[in-house]
Amino acid sequence: MIEIKNLHATVDGKEILKGINLTIRPGEVHAIMGPNGSGKSTLSYVLAGREGYEITKGSVVYFGQDLLAMEPEERAAAGVFLAFQYPVEIPGVANTTFLKSALNAIRKQRGEQELDAMQFLKLVREKTKSLNMTDEMLKRAVNVGFSGGEKKRNETLQMAVLQPRFAILDETDSGLDIDALKIVAEGVNALRSPERAMLVITHYQRLLDYIVPDYVHVLAHGKIQRSGGKELALELEKNGYAEFGVNEAA
Amino acid sequence: MAATTETVEQVRAVTEQKYKYGFTTDIESDVAPKGLNEDTVRFISAKKEEPEWLLEWRLKAFRAWQEMEEPHHWAKLSYPPIDYQDAHYYAAPKMKARPKSLDEVDPELLKTYEKLGIPLREQEILAGVEGSEGRSPAVAVDAVFDSVSVATTFKAKLEEMGIIFCAISEAVHKCPELVQKYLGSVVPYTDNFYATLNSAVFTDGSFVYIPKGVRCPMELSTYFRINQANTGQFERTLIIADEGAYVSYLEGCTAPQRDENQLHAAVVELVTLDDAQIKYSTVQNWYPGNEEGVGGIYNFVTKRGACRGKNSKISWTQVETGSAITWKYPSCILQGDNSVGEFYSVAITNNLQQADTGTKMIHIGKNTRSTIVSKGISAGRAQQTYRGLVKILPKAEGARNHTQCDSLLIGDQCGAHTVPYIESRNRTARIEHEATTAKISEDQLFYCRQRGLSEEDAVSLIVNGFCKEVLKELPMEFAVEAQKLVGISLEGSVG
Amino acid sequence: MATTTTSRPATPRGFDPATARPFLEQFDRLKADLPGGSLSWVRDLREQGRARFAELGFPTVKNESWRYTNLRALDKLAFQPAVAAETGVSFDVLPTVRAAGTTGPRLVFVDGRFRAELSSTAGLPAGVELLNLADALAHKPELVGEHLGRLATPDDLSLVALNTAFLADGPVLHVPRGVEVAEPVELVFVSVGSDEHPTSFHPRTLIIAEDNSRVVIVEHHVGLGTGATLSNGVGEVFVGAHASVHHYKVQREHTNAFHLSHTAAKVGGHGVYDNFILTTGAKLSRNEVRSTFDGEHGDTHVSGAYMVRGDQHVDTSTFIDHAVPCCTSREVYKGVIDDTARAVFQGKILVRPGAQKTDGYQQNRALLLSETAEIDAKPELEIYADDVKCSHGATAGELDDQQLFYLRARGIDKETARGLLIGAFLAEALDEIPEEGVREAFQAYVSAWQNAR
Repeated sequence: MIEIKNLHATVDGKEILKGINLTIRPGEVHAIMGPNGSGKSTLSYVLAGREGYEITKGSVVYFGQDLLAMEPEERAAAGVFLAFQYPVEIPGVANTTFLKSALNAIRKQRGEQELDAMQFLKLVREKTKSLNMTDEMLKRAVNVGFSGGEKKRNETLQMAVLQPRFAILDETDSGLDIDALKIVAEGVNALRSPERAMLVITHYQRLLDYIVPDYVHVLAHGKIQRSGGKELALELEKNGYAEFGVNEAA
Repeated sequence: MAATTETVEQVRAVTEQKYKYGFTTDIESDVAPKGLNEDTVRFISAKKEEPEWLLEWRLKAFRAWQEMEEPHHWAKLSYPPIDYQDAHYYAAPKMKARPKSLDEVDPELLKTYEKLGIPLREQEILAGVEGSEGRSPAVAVDAVFDSVSVATTFKAKLEEMGIIFCAISEAVHKCPELVQKYLGSVVPYTDNFYATLNSAVFTDGSFVYIPKGVRCPMELSTYFRINQANTGQFERTLIIADEGAYVSYLEGCTAPQRDENQLHAAVVELVTLDDAQIKYSTVQNWYPGNEEGVGGIYNFVTKRGACRGKNSKISWTQVETGSAITWKYPSCILQGDNSVGEFYSVAITNNLQQADTGTKMIHIGKNTRSTIVSKGISAGRAQQTYRGLVKILPKAEGARNHTQCDSLLIGDQCGAHTVPYIESRNRTARIEHEATTAKISEDQLFYCRQRGLSEEDAVSLIVNGFCKEVLKELPMEFAVEAQKLVGISLEGSVG
Repeated sequence: MATTTTSRPATPRGFDPATARPFLEQFDRLKADLPGGSLSWVRDLREQGRARFAELGFPTVKNESWRYTNLRALDKLAFQPAVAAETGVSFDVLPTVRAAGTTGPRLVFVDGRFRAELSSTAGLPAGVELLNLADALAHKPELVGEHLGRLATPDDLSLVALNTAFLADGPVLHVPRGVEVAEPVELVFVSVGSDEHPTSFHPRTLIIAEDNSRVVIVEHHVGLGTGATLSNGVGEVFVGAHASVHHYKVQREHTNAFHLSHTAAKVGGHGVYDNFILTTGAKLSRNEVRSTFDGEHGDTHVSGAYMVRGDQHVDTSTFIDHAVPCCTSREVYKGVIDDTARAVFQGKILVRPGAQKTDGYQQNRALLLSETAEIDAKPELEIYADDVKCSHGATAGELDDQQLFYLRARGIDKETARGLLIGAFLAEALDEIPEEGVREAFQAYVSAWQNAR
């Protein structure tokens, strides 16, 4: 599905990613764990196509296409979804308006029939119920005045509606209490399917208790230092990132 | 909410044709010779077969105008001096007499309005030919083409309720006492350079009278179209809501795409008596000029409402996207106790457009309240200024004003300016003014694009969100149109 | 509609040249005796000021920036230049923000002229120059030559031009690179005037803080006589890179005084200019503060409090020029207006093209205490860059009914409650002063004003 080869990226002339290699097949859930500043968020932004990152070396092939040559919205239409660590507020734009615009833009790029207001509402109502979200949250402006937990649930709702093929969850656990974390994790797990792959980026093992990965990779100093199964996460929980030359005493 | 997706749709549909109203109607016109002198004034008055008092009033205005200085010094607008002698002050499509029904109207004209999407055939509107169910009640339209009103719909139906809705030139004959009583009573002929010019040479416009206790059952609307080259348009609108009356009035404007600048100097006067209410909405989309700033309408407009009666209300909502130059301050004089003035504005300037617009709220009566919400968006190399006055006079016990002025800048070549004047002479009055300036953040753009929206759609969506507080004040029919315009007006402003 | 391309002549609007005449006659009579007359550049500067003022005269209310402040009263009073009286004035206590019994650097000016016997430069670090302009022109012209008239230029506004024509005396402070002045420098301006005729003077202040220096300046403006006076002051403040200048002023002149003041500051990269003006005095006063950023990461605070009653008129007009990127400006003004007094606030923030990452904030809040008090406010933003954060707020109103009721319900009588709320309202402005000693002294002036009710 996606093949990342020797990916190097710089921000403001500073190299953050120093040769990432990663292959993800449909149905797999990969976790990337790493300390602060290891390049986790950079990797997610580079895959989603945010400006300000210069790719100096390497390639990303997604379903046979050069992902790095695509505009952010083209990647979205091709099924790449980034659940933001810090979801952005857009005042005055109702959550439903935003989601409907996005869904229909994607459907249109894929050559599918756009949904009318009724069809769309039906779809959204179904998805909100399972995420414990209210109609009132749908009417509010995108992420404006949302608590941390509400924002993350909102990201999960968008993922459920847009049905991506490759979802990147960037620090989805940050800012969540245990109950909120469970709700979000349930939402994510419901989306696991043989056709869909996920890349879960996190600092702590905690999230992986709820979203259990098939593979765990340790990212430090801009490179994947070690890969393994889900037991690697537990090991990290115990020993920290010290063995990778990172001191996180704080 | 659905409208926004439609917006995005329609933005895409018109990308090849940026200003879709830029066509010209090929029609034979009756045009006054170029130039401006007392004979021009007499010519216009004679064409309209006006009574002596009106001619005298026009001439007084003309003489006053000759003594006046063009107000160049305070507005933040820059343009070369206008040669007032180098224009026609009257142009009318040739017609035998005032058409009795649409069948007598020149088919070219009908085609023009069809192309503009303005419904002139009552039966079609009633039959729902427009095709969308759930539409609000029909809209009555007065269509003004250059210097004359060519058709007014639903007149008969409205007359049954005692509502007068017709061209002002017609009202002069039909109800002279009303016209004489109110014309110039809110905007006197000596008011300002452009209003005085208008008083001398105004050609047509709409007249509305809503009798006591009547709630007008449909939106009234005037659609202004400048067609003739080298012509100024000087329309005059007068709306009177008698005690307890209510009316919602819409105004739309377009003009062909031409390389020279054309002058539009209108005057609108509103009067509300006790417990009456007027809601006045404008979508101004005169030709803005091209990307290099060539051509476009010079829009110098005086709009003012007088809340004469207690508990009366005047609400202005404007969406200003057109014109090369906009100079416009729809205002409220809050005389009656407990009267309410509102001003909701979205102004978008792109390319080399300039707009200096805002409002005045003059609090005279007790417990008068006013609300100002202004959303300015500046892009390209455009310059935009909000200029407003909130004035509390000593007797305005308990007056309240709240003003919110937000500017959004798109690109680093444009300007956005805020110049509010706040004058209070009553301690019990409470005034709050807030202004902010911001830009569309990279984060917002990326977030939208990550969810699949193109950059232009994302800008349109974010800007529509920014303007929401104002757009929601528009009548349904206009709101959709306005949301589309917001997107279209900003085309080419990013990327 | 055709347009022609002739451009309009740029005649300044709203000035009355006829009002210049009495001052021009005075100038022509006096100029030979003004200090520094042997220096050609000083003579030229004065002549330029004279020519500009002759061209303009005083501004009228037709001038956009003077629409709310009318100087017509000045024309009716035949002002005479101040006589350099050496005697006849005695002080029990000079105003100070210093703790009782302590002394520090201080310059005293009476009717615009330096009074050496009341002044002191004790306690200044080596290299710091603190002297009066007349002496500087006579003995150290090189100290002022490169700076005088550079920020407030003679071809500037008419009042600056008038001051420049008459420039004779005033404080000069020079803080060399890297020097921090621990003691606040106090500048005391006393208006005495004459019982026989209205008196005018034109003090000129020059403050130069070189790179990495720091200084706190406190200006006191007080009145002792009862005759009408006109103080038309101009100050120029140069803030070097990484330097910080804290410039506080309290104006408590007599209610026969006209107090006009223009301060122009230029702030270098990473420099801080912190200005606060407390106004309770004068019949008519206007403080213009104009600050321009000259390097990135500069920071300007321009704030103040004004309390007026009777038929006083107070005008605060500020202009912050964000000429370069990445600078911050903050303005907080609070005003209390009683009786038939009138207050004017005009504040403009200009963000020039390219001045990205500007952060500009401004607020003016006015409290009207009487039926006949008046406030006119014109906060203004002029912005030519997109990546900026600018906002302003303005409010006007009376004391909050609910707060008042809350206090009274707790047993506090109405007048005390009002006093508490007014004090709290003004305290928010005073909080903008980071220097504790100055803040406390200013707080005492505020309380004194309240107690005089």
